[in-house]
Amino acid sequence: MSILINKQTKLICQGFTGRQGSFHSEQALAYGTQLVGGVTPGRGGQTHLGLPVFNTVEQAVKETGTTASMIYVPPFYAADAILEAVDAGIGLIICITEGIPVLQMLKVKAAMAGTDALLVGPNCPGVITPGECKIGIMPGNIHLPGSIGVVSRSGTLTYEAVHQTTHEGLGQSTCVGIGGDPIHGMTFTDVLSLFQEDDQTKGIIMVGEIGGEEEEEAADYIKGHVTKPVVGYITGRTAPPGKRMGHAGAIVTGGKGTAEGKVAALKAAGATVVDSPTEMGSAIKACL
Amino acid sequence: MNIHEYQAKHLFQTFGIPVPQGKKATTVSEAIQATQEVLADAWVVKAQVHAGGRGKVGGVKVAKNTDEVKQFTTEMLGNRLVTKQTGSEGLPIESVLIEKTYPIKREFYLSILVDRASERVMFVSSIAGGMDIETVADETPEKIVTLLIDPAAGLQSYQCRQVAFDLSLQGSQVRDIEKIMQGMYQLLLEKDASQIEINPLVETDDGEILALDAKINFDDNATALHPDILEYRDEGQEDEKENKALQFDLNYITLDGSIGCMVNGAGLAMATMDLVKLKGGSPANFLDVGGGTTSEKVCEAFKLILSDNNVKAVLVNIFGGIVHCDVIANGILTAVKEVHVTIPVVVRLEGTNAEQGRNLLKNSNLGLVAADNLASAAEQVVALAKGTA
Repeated sequence: MSILINKQTKLICQGFTGRQGSFHSEQALAYGTQLVGGVTPGRGGQTHLGLPVFNTVEQAVKETGTTASMIYVPPFYAADAILEAVDAGIGLIICITEGIPVLQMLKVKAAMAGTDALLVGPNCPGVITPGECKIGIMPGNIHLPGSIGVVSRSGTLTYEAVHQTTHEGLGQSTCVGIGGDPIHGMTFTDVLSLFQEDDQTKGIIMVGEIGGEEEEEAADYIKGHVTKPVVGYITGRTAPPGKRMGHAGAIVTGGKGTAEGKVAALKAAGATVVDSPTEMGSAIKACL
Repeated sequence: MNIHEYQAKHLFQTFGIPVPQGKKATTVSEAIQATQEVLADAWVVKAQVHAGGRGKVGGVKVAKNTDEVKQFTTEMLGNRLVTKQTGSEGLPIESVLIEKTYPIKREFYLSILVDRASERVMFVSSIAGGMDIETVADETPEKIVTLLIDPAAGLQSYQCRQVAFDLSLQGSQVRDIEKIMQGMYQLLLEKDASQIEINPLVETDDGEILALDAKINFDDNATALHPDILEYRDEGQEDEKENKALQFDLNYITLDGSIGCMVNGAGLAMATMDLVKLKGGSPANFLDVGGGTTSEKVCEAFKLILSDNNVKAVLVNIFGGIVHCDVIANGILTAVKEVHVTIPVVVRLEGTNAEQGRNLLKNSNLGLVAADNLASAAEQVVALAKGTA
């Protein structure tokens, strides 16, 4: 098995006919993902990439039986798109969009409380189960079906971890980019708990960065609940305080969210923490 | 995005938050004029820069008469203020705020921000005002009180009363603090502020509650929704290179080392800086050219890096995914030719078509070092920057 997505996952794309939505839908189809249609308000009834376009997510769910959605709509419309998917009963919502105002995400998260929907992102590369299903902007060809679960706040650093585990011959069970925004969907802890339950996953690579306290929370969870080996890497040790390092959430404020604190927490929880981003693959191999 | 104190206080007034009487001045004569409009026994002259810690370095001075206002304003305007938050070059003082002084009974701390852990808007208050709040949090955490706001219900009166009684306010002051807190909450919501800080919030001898200082940060993701806030932007207070980078959709942050870094993706860019440090070097910048970069962006990125005279060598680290490495390699070659790069450049390409990309670089005869992997790339660039390669 894998987590979150597999061969059976039926997917729609919100922002289907836009430039980003079109490009990454084509890539997903080429990878073998079961993309069954898309949503662009006002374009319902048309066909795009050989697939039906719907006006609303609700219609798309009714007609296709989709259970997952990937969102490529522009930032000021993305909160609306997420909530439309939640309202239509989509179980897994993966929002790639970068640049959503934080107060809008705060409202989205509050509105999602009490629903069963899972949100991945925003501002993330997406989720991939190698060889089965690709939802997001990651390059499919660097992946290899295998045994390592990868969870990360950064896109290209996820690709580093993937590349290294592919190179080591281990491959990946599922890779989840949880995103670089301060308020976002699934957390490290949420994904770690799924990897812990997943038979295919034998080891976990967790890539964190400065800002927030999610890595510290994950460390607490690892201590009490994760029996599989975890390799951690935390980036941003040389980042100056008070500066937003690309990601909206990658900022050290008031002495909180430092790389040192996160490294110490993960080490105390029994995870193997590597100092160099080049050692993630070899370190997890050594743990198995 | 940051704004000046005088701008923040203007917004405060719009949202019903009381501030001292005052006026902004950009010349000495405007400052003198201000003392005639703001009648007082003494004035405080405050340098307007986008940084805290002004008081400790002469950026906030009390003038007992107009001669002193003239003297302090002359000293400040046109100079640069270096505080612990600005870096060694400091920030230019292009305006001052002339304010009436008030006899102060007590000083408090009050701020509102988006708290990422609880995913709620949060108020932070303290009876220890006028001090660095981080120091208060470290040394006397019991003096800090926080409260969270339910996004559907909004800020409730009882929550404001709690703050009022925590700060030992009495009578009509309880109403006053509620008005201030509601104003801060509305300002945060309506203008997409990420943090509003009043330090200190003061109780005067007359029992009046005033925001003596004002600091507002806005969510960069939302400023496009607020043209009125964008008008407050002062590029003179920002890093020139960082602004130039933004024009080309590049994320650039100036650091003080000697190794220029060009990377695709924010996380990998930070990781590259860390790795340079780990190998004994020192990064000159953070630069994210974007997950799917182009040769035009690479060109502009080179120009930016080379405009920093401290840079002795450049490390290009690209993980080619959807954008193939051979395409990136051609972009790098074009850029190096166009920009006339004379310092060593080490390139690490990985991902799709990496081998073809590396061969293009090796066969170019432009003196580029095509590294086989990231670890050796970092080692090589550190050695080249130190002149030991």
